[in-house]
Amino acid sequence: METMMDIGLGHYLSVAAILFILGVFGIFLNRRNVIIILMSIELILLAVNINLVAFSVFLHDLVGQVFALFILTVAAAEAAIGLAILVIYFRNRGSIAVEDINLMKG
Amino acid sequence: MILPALAFYLFAAVLVLSGMLVITARNPVHSVLFLILAFFNAAGLFVLIGAEFVAMILVIVYVGAVAVLFLFVVMMLDINFQELRKGFLRYLPAGLAVGAALLAELGLVISGWVYAGPADSVRAAPTPESVGNAQALGDLLYTQYAYVFEASGLVLLVAMIGAIVLTLRSRKGTRRQVIADQVSRRRDDVVAVVKVRTGEGV
Repeated sequence: METMMDIGLGHYLSVAAILFILGVFGIFLNRRNVIIILMSIELILLAVNINLVAFSVFLHDLVGQVFALFILTVAAAEAAIGLAILVIYFRNRGSIAVEDINLMKG
Repeated sequence: MILPALAFYLFAAVLVLSGMLVITARNPVHSVLFLILAFFNAAGLFVLIGAEFVAMILVIVYVGAVAVLFLFVVMMLDINFQELRKGFLRYLPAGLAVGAALLAELGLVISGWVYAGPADSVRAAPTPESVGNAQALGDLLYTQYAYVFEASGLVLLVAMIGAIVLTLRSRKGTRRQVIADQVSRRRDDVVAVVKVRTGEGV
């Protein structure tokens, strides 16, 4: 009971690990739906952010939180570009199924 | 002592649960809404751990911008999502296998992790005791990481311009205002004075 109620770094790392695996699992589970895959990537990035912030707090080093902010920035940019590509792809092809996205296949 | 622990377990449980529902929900709109719930709970965890600024940025950027962007796109595209769920069960075993392997590896990493003795002396920026989280982050971000900060601003600018360029299209059949044409219009080209005789019309 002592360790259950004493929240440490391991607890946060475990939550982040579970979230990361949920993200990876989501990519496998929704292999045909690009939108859900993008959301899974957001989950993975969130897990990484939890890791960075947890380490930053427990090691008393602020740089982890600075990095979390930069990851947030890049994730926002990635989501914007990814969804824009999705929108024009749907406009041109009328579908977003992953199997249909093979125009650049050699 | 017990209250923060309970809050942690509550936030963590809802976070994991909503993460699970993001990837299994039938309706993508529900997926996005669960994603928003997950972000809120992650922000709660950050507040609990003492990283208030990142928590607020998470709510503002993710919930306010990214999740709403997802919501817009999901609702804008006219897609039969049931069609896209067809291979759901077929990929389940492979996904479970990869997930279990990753979980085992991460479990080994977390359980085998130890605090290195000299770690305290190699901190890049020790957390200051006297100032709050936001001020400490600002002090660091605008001095030591100023160039990286501006570069991240450039990344956002490029993303914004890229998204606009990608999705901008000139539709056929719509009439747009061309200022140059309007300004270069002369009276003689478009107005004619005609003498109309009574009873005959033009």
